[in-house]
Amino acid sequence: MNRYERAWLIFAVLMVAAFLGIIAYFNFAAGLKPPHDVEVIDPLRVSQDPRFSQPRVEEVEPGKRYNIYMVARMWSYYPREIQVPRGAEVRFYITSPDVQHGFQVVGTNVQANVIPGYVTVIDTRFEQPGEYLIVCNEYCGRGHHFMRAKLRVTEGY
Amino acid sequence: MREKRLILLGFLVSYAALGAGALFGMLQVLERVPGVELVSSKTYYTALTAHGVLMALVFTTFFIMSLATYVVLRELGMGQTFSPGMSTLAYALVTLGTLMAALPILTGRASVLYTFYPPMKASPLFYIGATVLVVGTWVFGANLLLTVRQWRRSGNSGVKLPLGVFGVVSTLIIWYIATIGVAAEMLLQLIPWSLGLVDRVDPLLARNLFWYFGHPLVYFWLLPAYIVWYTVLPRMLGVRVFSDFLARVVFVLFILFSTPVGYHHQFMDPGISTEWKFLHTITTFAVFLPSMITAFTVTATMEMGARLRGGRGLLGWIRALPWGDPAFSAIALAMVFFAFGGAGGAVNAGNNLNYVVHNTAWVPGHLHLTVGSAVALTFMGVSYLLLPALTGRRLHSRRMAQVQVALWGAGMLLFSGAMHILGVLGSPRRTYDVTFGGHPATQGWTPLLVAAAAGGVLLLLSVLLFLYNVGRTLRGAPEAGEEQEAREQVRQRPAGAPGLVDNLGLFTAIALLLVLVAYTLPTLDILSLGSPGAPPVPMD
Repeated sequence: MNRYERAWLIFAVLMVAAFLGIIAYFNFAAGLKPPHDVEVIDPLRVSQDPRFSQPRVEEVEPGKRYNIYMVARMWSYYPREIQVPRGAEVRFYITSPDVQHGFQVVGTNVQANVIPGYVTVIDTRFEQPGEYLIVCNEYCGRGHHFMRAKLRVTEGY
Repeated sequence: MREKRLILLGFLVSYAALGAGALFGMLQVLERVPGVELVSSKTYYTALTAHGVLMALVFTTFFIMSLATYVVLRELGMGQTFSPGMSTLAYALVTLGTLMAALPILTGRASVLYTFYPPMKASPLFYIGATVLVVGTWVFGANLLLTVRQWRRSGNSGVKLPLGVFGVVSTLIIWYIATIGVAAEMLLQLIPWSLGLVDRVDPLLARNLFWYFGHPLVYFWLLPAYIVWYTVLPRMLGVRVFSDFLARVVFVLFILFSTPVGYHHQFMDPGISTEWKFLHTITTFAVFLPSMITAFTVTATMEMGARLRGGRGLLGWIRALPWGDPAFSAIALAMVFFAFGGAGGAVNAGNNLNYVVHNTAWVPGHLHLTVGSAVALTFMGVSYLLLPALTGRRLHSRRMAQVQVALWGAGMLLFSGAMHILGVLGSPRRTYDVTFGGHPATQGWTPLLVAAAAGGVLLLLSVLLFLYNVGRTLRGAPEAGEEQEAREQVRQRPAGAPGLVDNLGLFTAIALLLVLVAYTLPTLDILSLGSPGAPPVPMD
């Protein structure tokens, strides 16, 4: 093997190793994992589940912890507007009674796929107050572009 | 070559798909500009489905079948494949499957996009047509493998396969392993479900099977471009490939790591554990290595060619490359785009960075650098050599071909650049209208959407120039005398004895083992969760 070729290969291997090291650090040590919850639900019985029969923001610990139960369906989210204080621990539970949807809070790294038959769980916190746009980023039929919601992050509790 | 007409016909069908696909593509980018309303959202998603299927499945499959057949026959010096009848059958099946799927797509009864995620349901004809297409490619692959075996048995048992044929066989191995996934999805899930024989399917299991197939599908497109870079490019420059051994290592690495990587498309899915997602992150980065090796080998090969042509200096040799040759400039530009595509791919593959770009405009931006440029531009560039070689006619206009390549470069820079930035800003992909009621978050997107549309127009112009040039070439008078294959005079390295790297059977076995490790347990996990599945939601 040519020596430049060998040098390049070593560089490539080290680069890949460095990338993987950084990803592993954030994944396992800093807690930035992809969604991985495994709860299943019957898509035809979403409205009979107490969490999703009344989609809502639930205050677990005022100012500190919030659970948000959300239904993503063709072509809207329920609730359409949600509000949480900045810095609070927020846990989303999202499911779909019809087709696959996406869930993305524009301008943040909060997003996940919503798959009928499963409950998507996202843990996050919002540090910047303001009004965020939530969009569906998985094609879900001809009204896909209508599917959005608003998230308001308030200055304080 | 007995199958010359069939090969040529395959190329022509692929060009037709390219033309129609480009028209649909331009329609989409124009429609996405705020304030522009050309078609209804229903038509938009029909066009989006047609664009994806025509470009990603029809254009690529027909071109690859013809290119692979040509490479095998030429490199092995054979007059025909093992069975020209099987060849014809393969092309007929792929054509039949395409027509069966095209009918519901174009009549708006299969607007499920080329990923066809259930429980969105298309007409059963769409799924059956796609399956027939895949079966056609299996017949095609079997015929080529039998052709190679026939060559081996006629006194070539102790020599290694020529590099181009080695690449074709590797591509076919990847294809056979990959299509197990889509065949299972179609036969066990979607076809019976779309016919009403079963009530529900599990959409997560379907995604699992789809991406088992969907990522190696990318290498089914890419490896033929690599074959061109490794075998045609050196010949154009009058040199041998810098390292025949490492080129083979590259193909072997693709066989090993193409398939056990699918979860990097599913990082954002529920139902799959972090550990499995991380394992697929590692294998995805492993598949980064063969492309890094390729970057070195093709650059070194070009430098050798350039220095032979009198190029000097640390970087001055670049000017001595045959930039006036449209086939060369197309392939060189394709490789430059691929370097950026590779860098973006590393972002997609990082399971934390993926949070930012997943399902945003970044992803089609990336796909258009890899398949839309590295592959498509290589295919167009090599067409400028293959068509004269196959038909004995001179290329109608080199100048027009040069303009075509330049237009593609400018158009893709605008389109893909804008889409990447839009993605980072959070603009979703595959969406008819991204203004979202004029929400302030979307206001910075407009100039980028306009830039993407301008790029789309240039890309369509590029395709039209390509098609016009091809059409005029075919209608030109045949050249007197021999066919134009002068540029292929430089023979590749004389075939030596096969080494460890040539033991494709062994590497196929290891690849299957890796697939089992990467997929068996997580698939069983999904099944054991026992999700009741989802009933169909017809998209018509």
